[in-house]
Amino acid sequence: MSTYEWPYGNETEIEETVSSDVLVLGGGMAGCYAAIAAARKGKSVVLVEKGATVRSGSAGSGFDHWESACTNPCSRVTPKEIAEAYIEEQDYYSNGIAHYIECREGYDRLLDMESFGGKIRDTGDEFKGAEFRDDETKLMFAYDYKNRFTLRVWGSTFKPALYQELKRLGVKIYDRTEATGLLTALEKGKKRGIGAMGMNVRTGKFMIFRAKATILAMSRPARIWLFNPDLVGLCEFRPPQSIGSGHAMGYRAGIEFTMMEKSVRGEFSAAGRSFPPYGAGNNHNTWYAATMVDARGVEIPYVDRDGRELKTVSERYYPAPGQKFFLKGGVIDEAKYAYRGPETLPFEELMRRGYKLPFYADLSRMPEMERKVIWGMMVGEEGKTKIPILKNYTQRGFDPTRHMLQSYGTGWQSASFLGQERQLFGAPGGVMHDWDLKTNIDGIYAAGDQLFASDCCGFAAATGYYAGRKAAAYTEQAELAEPDRAEIEREKERLYAPLRSQEGMNWRELNMAISKAMQNYCGEIKCRELLEEGLDLLASYQREMVPALSCDNPHDLMRTHEVLDILQVSQMILQACLFRESSSKPLCFQRSDFPQMDPQEDRCFYTIRLEEGKPVRGRVSLGYFGDVEQEYEKRNQDYILGEGKKKGEAQ
Amino acid sequence: MKKFTVTQVPCSARPIVFEDSLCVGCNRCADVCQVDIFIPNPEKGKHPLVVYPGECYYCGSCVMACPREGAIRLQHPLMNRAKFVPVKEFPEQP
Repeated sequence: MSTYEWPYGNETEIEETVSSDVLVLGGGMAGCYAAIAAARKGKSVVLVEKGATVRSGSAGSGFDHWESACTNPCSRVTPKEIAEAYIEEQDYYSNGIAHYIECREGYDRLLDMESFGGKIRDTGDEFKGAEFRDDETKLMFAYDYKNRFTLRVWGSTFKPALYQELKRLGVKIYDRTEATGLLTALEKGKKRGIGAMGMNVRTGKFMIFRAKATILAMSRPARIWLFNPDLVGLCEFRPPQSIGSGHAMGYRAGIEFTMMEKSVRGEFSAAGRSFPPYGAGNNHNTWYAATMVDARGVEIPYVDRDGRELKTVSERYYPAPGQKFFLKGGVIDEAKYAYRGPETLPFEELMRRGYKLPFYADLSRMPEMERKVIWGMMVGEEGKTKIPILKNYTQRGFDPTRHMLQSYGTGWQSASFLGQERQLFGAPGGVMHDWDLKTNIDGIYAAGDQLFASDCCGFAAATGYYAGRKAAAYTEQAELAEPDRAEIEREKERLYAPLRSQEGMNWRELNMAISKAMQNYCGEIKCRELLEEGLDLLASYQREMVPALSCDNPHDLMRTHEVLDILQVSQMILQACLFRESSSKPLCFQRSDFPQMDPQEDRCFYTIRLEEGKPVRGRVSLGYFGDVEQEYEKRNQDYILGEGKKKGEAQ
Repeated sequence: MKKFTVTQVPCSARPIVFEDSLCVGCNRCADVCQVDIFIPNPEKGKHPLVVYPGECYYCGSCVMACPREGAIRLQHPLMNRAKFVPVKEFPEQP
């Protein structure tokens, strides 16, 4: 293999200090909206992004539907109804605060997006007259055509539009810069966030970001259980950049997390078992409600929540008789009766009735508009579908009027994973926060996937903007503080160590070892002894293997730092699993030593944080957020009477 | 501090294929890649080098950024190309 000179130079001896009112860590959907909100409040804003903001984050290349836009002019549901339905559906292991913000303000963020140049309506009249389109507003809807609260959008236009707006507002963007550690100071015996440290991932330059308020928007952990050293970028659903550095640095700084004991059996890993998301026949999300057929071409029936077979395609998009609305989307798998929407018959029933594998998605049998909106718009606008699926499959000859696309596995997922192959998916754990999206440390806020129980893009955008405006308000009474030099020197030592070691271990080997350890010690069924052995093994990696890591340039150094964070987060997860001494269905959590499911005394959020290097367990009651509408309105009159009102009137 | 180098990491897949006759070496694909799998070609005007193919996230942003149709192609590993077949027009009934 060829070796080249590194094209970006070496700036590891250089240190740059940047100061701002608000510092945003992460340039995905949440981070961009956070920066925009703070800049609109007249604050100086710095945004730090490991990749390239114009296309980075999970929504970088697109996304196709925006959930819970309950205030759009065609909606027949209220924000309170949908937020409470989510809370109920998730057995209160749900982020009521963030869901309500999403339901209440999400549509405002879409209107913002439109003003930046993103496409949220069928302005070209391509779908004129379609059942899912409102011909007056040209808005298009997914899932529930009666209640119209989830919008089909042209997400591939969004990140470039956001990027332009950030530049227009004068946000200082530091692309190709990884945030690696938070800076805190003790003031009157209380910890406060005063900025962050980081490194340019091309030149190795050390960065110090001083700020009055900091917003964490660095997605969620990944590559904990699922790793493939050959196809690293395909291991998980989200980008390889998003591995939970925000969780790791937050944990080190003393930030409180919750639901970290929750993990689910793998759903997506195209490095191994599954196919590219939305690139195999299925009838969920992007592909809802595609017609499915079996190997003989016999159609698979859709049924409503009462088991009534639906005769037409149209009926798949309407609630059952007597049901007001149904829930579908990223984190809704098998909804409770109250919220269950139309679905194809369960696999076991199909086998009993003699249906034959493999199954296929057959769009040729759907009305033209439904076919065109799935293959061409949704597949096309959803992230990672425009080129690798729509364009490449078309080039391979796929024509949705003439071909059917094979489905793998037995349901909508394109593979069957083993119990120990786990992921943080389906509303996983994250930062615990209050109604300001503030963490337990003053001056540090969080948004998007970094929050506990997050879901989609609308969630990221709405919570990002909200955190941005709350952080901006906080800066009114906060001063810039001088970071502790010793802390900076310690971070430099930690970050650059792998460059100094000449012959050592590659980051891939350590990531592989951590993933294998997590499959072995933190698999589907857990118990104290296993979890403790896991912690012991990871501690030995920390002691003996981390000092042996070695790399040749800042890019590999960034990946090495990621694995240090993966190690940190894995330890947090094992510890969080030890903290919950019972099993829990909603948390997909099984302890063989505590088999009782959801006993009353454990119906709570357990939290985890580091205090003087020791993990500490906390307890917060479910529903701590109170009545979501009342609590929101108590704290957001400025928004309701200001920006929110203007948006309402502009419609 | 040692001198930085980059060695192309071997990978079982070949995610990015350039068409030399069309690529103008503008590096837009490299600039937009959030995973940073490319480096600019040491030879000016030539396509960037894919030094970290295994890290490719297959999002297609590089292809979307390319000003010359066909100059850059993204392809999933062979195992990820799902099968499709002609529709069955007159299925036997169960």
